[in-house]
Amino acid sequence: MSLKIENLSANIGDRQILKGLNLEVPKGQVHAIMGKNGSGKSTLAKVMAGHPDYEVTGGSVTLDGLNLFEMQEPDQRARAGLFVAFQYPMEIPGVTIANFIRAALQARLPEGEELDAVEYYEHLYKKMDSLKIDRKFTSRAVNEGFSGGEKKRCEVLQMAMLNPVYAVLDETDSGLDIDALRIVSDGVNAMRSPERGFLVITHYQRLLDYIVPDVVHVMVDGRIVMSGDKNLAHKLEAQGYDWVEKEILATA
Amino acid sequence: METKPDLNIDRSVGDFHYDVDYEFDAGTGLTEKTIDYISDVKEDPDWIREFRKEALRKFNSMPMPTHWASHDLENIVFDNIRYYLSQGTQPKRSWDDVPEDVKRTFERLGIPEQERKFLAGVEAQFDSEAAYSNIKAAVGEQGVIFVGSTEGLQKHPEIFKKWFGKVIPTGDNKFSALNSAVFSGGSFIYIPPGVKVKHPLQAYFRINAENFGQFERTLIIADEGSEVMYMEGCTAPKFETSTLHSAVVELVALKGAKIQYITVQNWSANVFNLVTKRGLAHEEAEIKWIDCNIGSRLTMKYPGVIMKGRKARGEVISIALAGDGQHQDTGAKMVHAADETTSNIVSKSISIGKGRSTYRGLVQIGRHLKGCKNNTECDALLINTDSRTDTYPAITVRGKENACQHEASVSKISAEQIFYMQQRGISEGAAMSLAVNGFVNDLVQQFPMEYSVELKRLIDLEMEGSVG
Ligand SMILES: Nc1ncnc2c1ncn2[C@@H]1O[C@H](COP(=O)(O)OP(=O)(O)O)[C@@H](O)[C@H]1O
Ligand SMILES: [Mg+2]
Repeated sequence: MSLKIENLSANIGDRQILKGLNLEVPKGQVHAIMGKNGSGKSTLAKVMAGHPDYEVTGGSVTLDGLNLFEMQEPDQRARAGLFVAFQYPMEIPGVTIANFIRAALQARLPEGEELDAVEYYEHLYKKMDSLKIDRKFTSRAVNEGFSGGEKKRCEVLQMAMLNPVYAVLDETDSGLDIDALRIVSDGVNAMRSPERGFLVITHYQRLLDYIVPDVVHVMVDGRIVMSGDKNLAHKLEAQGYDWVEKEILATA
Repeated sequence: METKPDLNIDRSVGDFHYDVDYEFDAGTGLTEKTIDYISDVKEDPDWIREFRKEALRKFNSMPMPTHWASHDLENIVFDNIRYYLSQGTQPKRSWDDVPEDVKRTFERLGIPEQERKFLAGVEAQFDSEAAYSNIKAAVGEQGVIFVGSTEGLQKHPEIFKKWFGKVIPTGDNKFSALNSAVFSGGSFIYIPPGVKVKHPLQAYFRINAENFGQFERTLIIADEGSEVMYMEGCTAPKFETSTLHSAVVELVALKGAKIQYITVQNWSANVFNLVTKRGLAHEEAEIKWIDCNIGSRLTMKYPGVIMKGRKARGEVISIALAGDGQHQDTGAKMVHAADETTSNIVSKSISIGKGRSTYRGLVQIGRHLKGCKNNTECDALLINTDSRTDTYPAITVRGKENACQHEASVSKISAEQIFYMQQRGISEGAAMSLAVNGFVNDLVQQFPMEYSVELKRLIDLEMEGSVG
């Protein structure tokens, strides 16, 4: 049981961004992807989610054996258990967080079944409290006028409410001060379970002190070029990425 | 015969009709004979018969307003329309007495149920006449009059005659002239001084027949210090041929009175909906139009308020949704005719596919006036690149001591937003609905609960249909 990415290639326009990427996150584990700006980390997240701007030119992604690319619509993939916390979450004017998450949960129910509103709000408030999100936020429009940190917290709130099987967190640490980073990390850690896998995309080793990964991967130019344990993150932090690139050139 | 209401039927779908035997049918086309037929059936007093004939002459002499309005108006074939159809002129006071086929229609639309739940009174019009009309005893005992226009003019001529045709003169526009010639049905309401009607009065306008024109005429008079909320709903089935709905609604709010008039219409895509609505607000009175236009082939409607007394207030809140192939030409008119009058216009339009929305606003503040304020806000949401939206605000403010504020915006639902919502498991159609509901959310909050739920459902339905 895993999130398995095999030989994945994808373009935007005529430009190839992902160039035969391989990665497997077994259920129950947390994997991190680190890589320089522009290496294609967000592209990977969006391609998996089914963003319409990207064209998959080869390879596959499976969720516990289920072929993601056989599901055309992003919402089908989401309901199959994939969640992406975006680097740049969209604003949805006028749609309150409460209504938004409610619609997302409602979409997971069989036709004709209604979400119990009272239970829903109890659940929502509990998760908000643990993420230290003010309850007033329920009536604010999704991401509208939020600070960077508020947006990220709201992404984690959605994840906590939607209970995905595999979650991809794209730079969820950016824009967070140290307190917020701790709160968000606690939220993610609370969700770690043998029934769930995480792929944590980050730029900074710092996050990985709080969300300790089982495996760290390094992404360069649309590929995973190196994998290791959490110490690899420390090395990247201390020495930068240049040595990785040299090492690849040497072995190539 | 089956008489139980079928609660499983989605009543926001108005697309059904029953074959009904009409006792009275004026036939197709419009001549003086048609007027005589209608006046005979309705036993009109002579002054009304004359009023109608004069209006017919005006109607015939006035050109179509196609120099500014849609040329689609030229596709109305007045000779093919039936101007009067009814099973009788007397509405029933009890649903038990309403003919079975007509009752079935209103049960499918959920009217008797709503009446039990939250209304102070209901009038249910089926083609040309009300089939049912009733107010709760407690409301009637306060002296509130809520009857059809025919009964109003026959039984309460002293009030009726004083105001009828005074807010909207016959020749205001070609369609107000048409309505004045052949009007039938609609409500006549009088609220005595100081009476605040707690629950809404509701009228439901149902077109059942093909090739038909519905011309209801509503007159609401709120006497000094009184308050009333009136709601109307409208539906029609889809026919091959076009249907005409052309109403005239006049409101009079006397000193300190408040009238709120709410419309949620869900016409099928073959209906020409050409309606004139205007209110006259006396000193410190308040008139508020809340107008939700969904469906129809072409809607032209610009509710207005003439603020005639000091400190009068006028407000138009309008939501228009133009689906593929539809044209919503809506707006508001605010005429400031006294000092310290204030008006507020908020218009939100949504255009989908080849749908088209037009906003026309008119704000007039006279030179000699002081302390008047208008705020106009119109926002358009486009759902794909084919959509079209136009804004024609005409603001005439004279005099230095008045203030006018105008804001307009056009936005789109981006593919990026839809993708974001879909990533949460929400289908494309539901995501669109959510975004549209979000766009109108701040306005919908001002509606009574029952109507905001209804509106949300209509939007969902329309969006589902448009994403397929
Ligand atoms: N819409 C786009 N059109 C063209 N190029 C893009 C687009 N989005 C991203 N890119 C390019 O794709 C590459 C990878 O971007 P991205 O996946 O966002 O990288 P990362 O998340 O690792 O910083 C970058 O070179 C970026 O400029
Ligand atoms: Mg990125």
